Amino acid sequence: MRTMKRSFSHLVLPISILLLLIIINLIKGADYFSITVVNGAFYGNIPNILFGASELVILSIGMTLVTAASRGQDISIGESATISSAVFVLFVLQAGEVTLLVIVVGFLLSCVVGLALGAFNGILVSVFKVQPMIASLILFTGGRSIAFMIDGKLSPILANDISNQIGTVIPGIPIQTPIILTVVFIVCIAMLFKTTNLRLYVETVGINPNAARLNGINPKKIIFLTFLIMGFCTAVAGFIAVNKAGRHDSVNLLKLIMMDAILAVAIGGNPLIGGKFSITGSIIGAYTIEVLNRTLLRLEIEPAMIKVFKAVFIIMLMIIASPVVRASIRKALDRVRTKNPTKGSAAMVSMVSTMDMIGEKGE
Amino acid sequence: MLSETILEMKDISKSFPGVKALDSVDFKLRKSEIHALMGENGAGKSTLIKVITGVYEKDAGLITLQGEPIHFKSPQEAQNKGIGTVYQEIMLCPNLTVAENMYIGRSHSPIVNWKQMNEQAARLLQSLGIPASPIQELASCSLAVQQMIAIARAVDMDCKILILDEPTSSLDEDEVHKLFELMRELKARGVGIIFITHFLEQVYEISDMITVLRNGKLIGEYETSSLSQIELISKMLGNELEDITKIKKYEPHVSDTTIPVLEAVGISSVAGVRPFDFAIHKGEVNGFAGLLGSGRSESVRAIFSADKVTGGEIRMHGKKVKIRSPLHAMKHRIGYLPEDRKGDGIIEDLSVRDNIILTLQVLKGFFKPFSWKQAEAFAEEYIKKLNIKTPTSNTPIKSLSGGNQQKVILARWLLTNPEYLILDEPTRGIDVGTKVEIQKLVIKLAASGMSLTFISSEIDEMLRTCSRLIVMKDRQIVGELRGTDLSENDVMNMIAQGGENVCAQ
Repeated sequence: MRTMKRSFSHLVLPISILLLLIIINLIKGADYFSITVVNGAFYGNIPNILFGASELVILSIGMTLVTAASRGQDISIGESATISSAVFVLFVLQAGEVTLLVIVVGFLLSCVVGLALGAFNGILVSVFKVQPMIASLILFTGGRSIAFMIDGKLSPILANDISNQIGTVIPGIPIQTPIILTVVFIVCIAMLFKTTNLRLYVETVGINPNAARLNGINPKKIIFLTFLIMGFCTAVAGFIAVNKAGRHDSVNLLKLIMMDAILAVAIGGNPLIGGKFSITGSIIGAYTIEVLNRTLLRLEIEPAMIKVFKAVFIIMLMIIASPVVRASIRKALDRVRTKNPTKGSAAMVSMVSTMDMIGEKGE
Repeated sequence: MLSETILEMKDISKSFPGVKALDSVDFKLRKSEIHALMGENGAGKSTLIKVITGVYEKDAGLITLQGEPIHFKSPQEAQNKGIGTVYQEIMLCPNLTVAENMYIGRSHSPIVNWKQMNEQAARLLQSLGIPASPIQELASCSLAVQQMIAIARAVDMDCKILILDEPTSSLDEDEVHKLFELMRELKARGVGIIFITHFLEQVYEISDMITVLRNGKLIGEYETSSLSQIELISKMLGNELEDITKIKKYEPHVSDTTIPVLEAVGISSVAGVRPFDFAIHKGEVNGFAGLLGSGRSESVRAIFSADKVTGGEIRMHGKKVKIRSPLHAMKHRIGYLPEDRKGDGIIEDLSVRDNIILTLQVLKGFFKPFSWKQAEAFAEEYIKKLNIKTPTSNTPIKSLSGGNQQKVILARWLLTNPEYLILDEPTRGIDVGTKVEIQKLVIKLAASGMSLTFISSEIDEMLRTCSRLIVMKDRQIVGELRGTDLSENDVMNMIAQGGENVCAQ
């Protein structure tokens, strides 16, 4: 193991919740991890989770960056995704014959729209210093109406083979396409962090914008940039969602997904008031939420009650993660460690090194 | 002739983790007295006020109010006993009316009798001669009137003591005089006033008594009429750090024909510094002397474009350069260590390593990150060079002591190899050992050819390191002192006399 670059203690919480949920699922039925092959592709609980969470994962990456730099959240991401995917659908439907080129151009077009929407929010926040939540309230309120106008009619249908393959599987490839796209997206983001100073700049601006300015960083530009990235994330998420669904439903597409995205950021151990951030944490957080949703379904909880259970679970989670509880846990751990130095520390070391390995994969 | 004592504090001590903020301080306030509480930042003035008003609990000592021992647990309790406080920042609601601001939160009844409240407010405003109407929105009043309304709010109810913490810092001269009239009116009614300010002139204009604090200790209580400005300044600044008088300053060879490294002509900024000229040569260390609020920081901030520059130009090596942002200044190899370490300097949650490489990284560019190995090498190099005490380069900077944090910020700038480095209060709030280290470093850097500006509230530090002192008062340069054997007296003379040149050469 090479020298630890960052500490991974912030990943302990999301990973332990994920493990807890998996254990609950295993108690419910030992076949949790079983995978079946249908038409040459993998299906089962795990593939379904990865498949179902793809949009949320992508959006929570953008949300992490916006939160870190602007100390606030973008609540219009579902609406931005709906608008950009409406443009995509409009372009594809007008093209007549649907070829791969049409899909790619349509996707790029929707990315431009996504960037423009991100820029709109970004200018409001960085130049006019509107609070992120208020700035994005505009698109949150009006976004679906705009998408509806672009659609022209209710729910245009994407009935073509390529869309179907993007939304499900490509023949010959055993993994569902949205999962692959999510992985590609995560790799792109990882490359972005590798080749630029994005992390250093965003964290500096989020922690101390005054000091950032006096050291030559323009906080406005950085905040704007994070909103641009968020815009790109919404376009990709919208693209995946609309191909999955096979139709563009302006009213329900990715509805209220910002709640889950913000939650994923929080579960990932990221402070919602900005500063240091962990993309890995948010990604794990996003998958955790998907696992939670599916666990509640699997436990055969009445659909009407699911939200109540989810809420209770989240409240417990946030109390456990609160600084108050953390401090008392740390105190208790210290007490154990002083009483029994070898045993306690050995367990801690093995736990930390596991976290470390998991953490570095995504970073 | 001293009248009856209303407030007496004896042997007051108060500690915070790592600092003794007040060390057996005595303080006495009499009826109909305006008592100035003086001291540089960190002297313990605010702590003393907060102990009186119950914001902090004292560790030891006794406070008596009109002979009766008191022990306030909250500011509200102090207010009920007749101690009103008005802070520097006006803590009123601009969107409410004048009367609402005066009475809101006062009564416990949920029902407000608007008519009675407005009448009461009108009576009080009139009796104090405050030119405002009760039903006027507060935001429509000038700052001075707002400040007076804050005072009216504090003195209404049976007020015996009024504490004014820097009430004049945002007022202009006329407004200050209006405020003073109000203070005299209250004094005539028997109110004892504690007045905190950084403006010496105002102290001499209005106060009867002066109490000086320094580093949490009581220096003394004096009658204003019998204490000269120079004596007051020397009592405020003190004469510590005798052990480092051995430091030998570096004297560069500067003749009238050498072109300065940096020259500022008629530069001014939005921070309100009057246009000034300034030049510094290779290997020179100069300092801006003056009391807090004299415009020292504002001047150097203007050179670095830390505040928006409104006029003037900067020449480097005789050539005019365009500096309109800190980044421009950095690109011209100017460095600036800000006065407010916590607010403007450290990125508190980031590691020592990231804090060290930050500025060089920004200069290198967004798309060219240092490899982790390179960053680590830079960090290790400077941790060693400056003897920074940190467990690892990965430790967040916020868990370091103040002195070590300051060294990290220094390392950040030294790494960029600046030609001209501005150090604004690099020694404030750090331990004596590090203070000495920083002064020695300044001299070493100058000897290696760097030009530096070194600002410190402790004049002796500047006398020890600077070959030239620029003396400021009331946001303008009042003179310049050169020569190897300057004394603190020369500086104080110049500040006190303000403008009349006392050249020590």
